[in-house]
Amino acid sequence: MKKGYFGDFGGQFIPELLMPPLLELEQAMQTILPTEEFQTRFIAMLKENVGRPSAITHCPNLSRDLGLDLWLKREDLNHSGAHKINNTLGQGLLAKMMGKTTLLAETGAGMHGVATAVAAAMLDMKCLVYMGATDVVRQAPNVNRMRLMGAEIVAVESGTKTLKDAINEALRRWLSDQETTHYCFGTAAGPHPFPTLVREFQQVISREARQQFMERNDGRLPDVVVACVGGGSNAIGMFHHFVPDPSVAIVGVEAAGTGEPGCDNSAPLNLGTDGILHGMKTKLLQTPQGQILPSHSIAPGLDYPGVGPEHAHLHATGRATYVTINDAQAINAFKTLSRREGIIPALESSHAVAYAIEHRAELKGKSVLVCLSGRGDKDMAIVDSIL
Amino acid sequence: MNPMQSKIETAKAKGKVALIPFLPAGFPSRDQFWKELEQLDAAGAAVIEIGMPFSDPVADGPVVEKASLKCLEDGIDLAWIFEGLKARKGTFNAALLLMGYLNPVYQYGLDAFGADCAAAGVSGLIIADLPHEESGFVKQAMAPHGVALVPLIGLNTSLDRMRLYAKDAQGFCYFVSVLGTTGQRESLPERIREKLTEARSIFTIPIALGFGIKHPDQLANFAGLMDAAVFGSALITHIATGHTSTQFMEPWQ
Repeated sequence: MKKGYFGDFGGQFIPELLMPPLLELEQAMQTILPTEEFQTRFIAMLKENVGRPSAITHCPNLSRDLGLDLWLKREDLNHSGAHKINNTLGQGLLAKMMGKTTLLAETGAGMHGVATAVAAAMLDMKCLVYMGATDVVRQAPNVNRMRLMGAEIVAVESGTKTLKDAINEALRRWLSDQETTHYCFGTAAGPHPFPTLVREFQQVISREARQQFMERNDGRLPDVVVACVGGGSNAIGMFHHFVPDPSVAIVGVEAAGTGEPGCDNSAPLNLGTDGILHGMKTKLLQTPQGQILPSHSIAPGLDYPGVGPEHAHLHATGRATYVTINDAQAINAFKTLSRREGIIPALESSHAVAYAIEHRAELKGKSVLVCLSGRGDKDMAIVDSIL
Repeated sequence: MNPMQSKIETAKAKGKVALIPFLPAGFPSRDQFWKELEQLDAAGAAVIEIGMPFSDPVADGPVVEKASLKCLEDGIDLAWIFEGLKARKGTFNAALLLMGYLNPVYQYGLDAFGADCAAAGVSGLIIADLPHEESGFVKQAMAPHGVALVPLIGLNTSLDRMRLYAKDAQGFCYFVSVLGTTGQRESLPERIREKLTEARSIFTIPIALGFGIKHPDQLANFAGLMDAAVFGSALITHIATGHTSTQFMEPWQ
């Protein structure tokens, strides 16, 4: 297989001027990542700062309601409230050991920006976060959290003023500042080596969850593993160690938007076509002429017109199934999990929970392990405006 | 020899720096675009670089991005570009070069794109998001149609990577003079000179200097180290403020 590819997907479709920092990063993955110094420090940070291992939680009430056996992998319990920090601490430490002084990040909802700000503060690095101007307004609490931790926020006024434009601007900034700056990419997408690097830091989710589930279930594996997919970092982390288990069905949940025919959505695997954006060949929401379409989801963290290339590959081979959940179904799951189990899920993770609710008939009697990628406090304003 | 190279060498033989103006297709308007091209051609452009608009132009600065997005809103696409060029085939003295990003070209179909380039008199292609590692399939598809993939190199391109590009490059080599996007601030001339000297030792085809070129005075520093100058943002700003391409080209003669 070609370097940096997952089947037909992936690659390094970026300007030549960004190749040197990507090659430098690839080199660092080989020389720094496996060292005892890196591993010791990283494991200590995950334990003492993030609070890993994160729990798995059985949901007795909802299991009874739905007629299945529902378990959650609790990434929402991590410091800063989501899985994002697994990646930012890993990349932050790697960058620090590479001699970089600044962490650069894009963010949509602000969760990756917050997690990068945490990493930068911990590692005594500068932090620069690019965020679409529209998102800066609608995610004000996260903007304040980032600023409090010392991050500089750059509001992006170009294009659709959302995540994809923040990525464009962050790539431009990296191009200029590559000597001192590491681009702490937020999801398992973008040019090689980011999809592999981010998976490396997120695979801890399934490494723990697989072992925890088996410990609680007499050595049995779950029947179904579920995660929401935007760029796809929590999902690739949740899927990775289950991919070799043929008995485990793997389900990724994309955001269908409002669910009306032809509505803006964030479901490139289900509704998109092959194309090239942000350094990778993958599935994209685009016009027949190759112009990228605006995406939509009520969950800001899923609101992206592309998807990580490894998901495109798992989709193409059929190893994983990708379904869609719409805004209303996600809101229903948000409320249901809160009411029945006392856990307020992020709207992103609510899409994964909604899969278990909406597909309960076909899941009857099965054990279902859902990645609860983040907590829902950040979404109260969005949900309040709807309820 | 690729027409882009022969046009640049013709200018060189006259002791001039070859001029490569860049305009996004459909800028400043559908009709006016073709008039600007005629003016640029009449004013002695060696190669005219035409931008293919893309929604996410990561290698471009704000001036080019804004102009390109406006053209997209006006409905400019590859079919419109090819149709207009085919209707004017043979009327340009300059060689024609298309510049853009891979996705629109990929969706058009590489073979169809190459064939339409040939039919429209286009002899070169710059894809900003296509480094050497990924370029094989594009080169292969363009070769039968006589369309050269122009390499982009810059201040951070190592000698080894220059060699990768030099191996089968045709037309000219585009040297990006800043570590940044189009139209950005200038870099130190010493650093550019040093890197251009390296590029000279490796490329046998002409070298064009671009990104942040606003005025011919900037080129005095690089005499003998480059053969052509590309200017885009400065030309766009000039036209957007109500001036003509002819006026812009005057000081460069």
